[in-house]
Amino acid sequence: MLSEFLQFLFSGVTVGAMYALAALGYGLIYNASGVINFAQGEFIMLGGMAAVFLTEAGVPLPVAIVLAVAIAALVGLVVEKLAIEPAGNAEVVTLIIITIGASLTLRGLVQIFLGKGNHALPSFSGETPIAVLGATLLPQSLWVMGVTLVVVAALAWFFGRTILGKAVLATAYNKLAAQLVGINTRFILLLSFGLAAALGALGGILVAPITYTSYDAGIMMGLKGFVAATLGGLGSGVGAVVGGLLLGAVEAMTAGYISSAYKDAMPFVLILLILFFRPQGLFGKKTTDRV
Amino acid sequence: MTVSRSSYGLTALVVVLALLPLALPNPFYYDVAIRIAINACVAIGLNLLIGYTGQISLGHAGFFGIGAYASAILTTQFGWPPALAMVAGAAGTGLLAFVVARPILKLKGHYLAMATLGLGIIASIVLVNETAYTGGPDGMSVGGFSLAGWQITGEHAWYSVVACLLVVVTWFALNLIEAPAGRALQAIHGSEVAARVVGVNTTAFKVRVFVLSAVLASLMGSLTAHYIGFVTPGLAGFFHSIELVTMVVVGGMASVFGSILGAALLTVLPQLLSTFEGWETVIFGLILMLTMIFLPKGVVPTLRLRFAKEEN
Amino acid sequence: MLQVNGLSKTFGGVKAVQDVTFAVRGKTIHSVIGPNGAGKTTLFNLITGVYTPSDGEIVFDGENVAGATPDQLARRGMSRTFQNLQVCMNMSAIENVMVGAHLTLNTSLFAGMIRLPSLRRKDRACREEAQRLMNFVGVGKYIKSHASQMPYGALKRLEIARALAAKPKILLLDEPAAGLNHTETGEIDALIQKVAESGVTVVLVEHDMKLVMNLSDHILVLDYGKKLAEGTAEEVRRNPDVIAAYLGASA
Repeated sequence: MLSEFLQFLFSGVTVGAMYALAALGYGLIYNASGVINFAQGEFIMLGGMAAVFLTEAGVPLPVAIVLAVAIAALVGLVVEKLAIEPAGNAEVVTLIIITIGASLTLRGLVQIFLGKGNHALPSFSGETPIAVLGATLLPQSLWVMGVTLVVVAALAWFFGRTILGKAVLATAYNKLAAQLVGINTRFILLLSFGLAAALGALGGILVAPITYTSYDAGIMMGLKGFVAATLGGLGSGVGAVVGGLLLGAVEAMTAGYISSAYKDAMPFVLILLILFFRPQGLFGKKTTDRV
Repeated sequence: MTVSRSSYGLTALVVVLALLPLALPNPFYYDVAIRIAINACVAIGLNLLIGYTGQISLGHAGFFGIGAYASAILTTQFGWPPALAMVAGAAGTGLLAFVVARPILKLKGHYLAMATLGLGIIASIVLVNETAYTGGPDGMSVGGFSLAGWQITGEHAWYSVVACLLVVVTWFALNLIEAPAGRALQAIHGSEVAARVVGVNTTAFKVRVFVLSAVLASLMGSLTAHYIGFVTPGLAGFFHSIELVTMVVVGGMASVFGSILGAALLTVLPQLLSTFEGWETVIFGLILMLTMIFLPKGVVPTLRLRFAKEEN
Repeated sequence: MLQVNGLSKTFGGVKAVQDVTFAVRGKTIHSVIGPNGAGKTTLFNLITGVYTPSDGEIVFDGENVAGATPDQLARRGMSRTFQNLQVCMNMSAIENVMVGAHLTLNTSLFAGMIRLPSLRRKDRACREEAQRLMNFVGVGKYIKSHASQMPYGALKRLEIARALAAKPKILLLDEPAAGLNHTETGEIDALIQKVAESGVTVVLVEHDMKLVMNLSDHILVLDYGKKLAEGTAEEVRRNPDVIAAYLGASA
């Protein structure tokens, strides 16, 4: 009983860490611009795919990982520069559709140039499962959780202790005020996209050894990452992490105890429930419109 | 002058639809034309929701799929007459839309987008998983459409049916926009608080237009099921929802004829690109981005503004 | 016509409106003034149903309507305009005005779709009335224009036309002169007097003192969400508390 529960919990938290990284990415971009980046899932996919193809081309794993994250970050910058910035102060619907367009373009390009196959990245430190209280834990899971923890700590330091980080927060609270004190909010938005892409890609790379990756892996991962972000409260760092882990756990429990076929539906049922009853999520703030 | 413009438009549409068969050399072209007409009907309904009332729906294919599968399952497995199955599907969809509309339409912006997206995805997952009824990911076959003994067979018959439907739907939509209800919907988009203070029950109107567009999608889904003779879960899928939104957005938000144009463009495009799968996705994505950046109002309204400027 | 008793509204820790009581007599022009942040727009939003009161009652035409929604209040004969201009820029000028008459028309989707002849007839009458109103408020030359083509001052008056289209008993104007120059303010002054003469009770929030003193039969002064003073223009002008609030205690 316990070992079964732990098994589900482990796999849930592992995937949940990736959702958490994705959710942080969504939150970053949302804070900087109010845009929901529907292309976030493709950044996740890009990370995994780039890492796979680099290692298959002979690049050592650690180098491949760093390069893959850098590539994804670069793509994120390009998307912001070419797709988001030209749109200026467009309506929400317009921006949503632009990011959907970007996601389709990225996915299509990967499909054309890297094919439709499934790929696995080699595990970072072998495949021997570790036994914990009757359940098995993959070493890769430890990597996922560990790296995520380090990343979250680094982000907390960045936002709390560096000028640039505080500038990003300032832009999130009040874009106009930030501009008035000399913060280049355009650059902040660009930075946010790059950072969000990097975070997403890192998540994708970390779980690629476990869940495999392919050109269309980004769709579901991106959508679920967004569910996690909304669950935790869009724009809240703590919320993103909690939301991600919670979502991963709930999904794993659904797959384990109810039905593996409907595990994909659970995040969307969850998001409908959240949006109906507490749209600001667990840690988000409620807003009223001034008239 | 708005009145006469839409009369011209409607007359032009009737003429084009009536004369088009003369230009269609073979059944393949008829097939494309029929699909365009069906998509146009759905797009017009969706545009009422998105363009006129200012809401979003990223899950509309879900309603389409429910209609399609309702017809498929009720006629194939339970032996219902197609017309009755279609009505039942529409009623079921309408009920579902009504139930979820109120809580969903309280949301705005990306929250609304996410909620409708979630709905659509749940619908398509259910269709994939309830294999006993739906045939699972591979889909199931459907018989033809017959009403009171008369069966729609052949591309000419189908074309006539959907062309008439398109004219009727267009007429309904144009009338609605010019009526007080249509103004109320547009006011909701323009300024929801202003609409409320003049007495518009904004929640009720949003629900009504949502249900209307869902029912229309369902009816078209049912017809598609009988026309193609086969249904797959992809009909309710996310990509199909995006295709529908693209038709509205590219053709022109708040433009009935824009939706028809958008449907035409985005039905023909996949046909042209069908052998280049990856490129189809890329080009779709590029079209979405480029249109939203350079023609945020869509093709027809932008053209209209250009001509209006030249007149002045 | 309108009686407000002990009305309060708190947002989190902020007491935007505290225990405000006042009365508006029918067929008068009543103004609400006060320094920035005094709670005037909040008071308006409470009366017109945009916000729900934390406490107190609002009695309109004999009934307590505190907590009623804007569309319910519209049904009872209340109309308003907005400080930050809530004109529907996606519609033509005349459609904006016609939507003001929403409650008088057949607004069924179905009837609209099938173009019921009775609906068409009433709509045509509504359009003519809207034209008349646009002329009444002085934007007659924009009858064929789209809202997005109109200048700011004209839009302010268009909003008044929309509010009048419902044939209201009471009209609440939130800073009708905001953003207008000297000439335009004079025109608004004249327009408000015309509206009052046609039998509509007018309540307005305004900063422009000349306009307020000139127009009002009765003035309510707010400060920090509380009622500071109430009376005729002369009484309010001479009230030391009012002077102190506006000019600083030492003056």
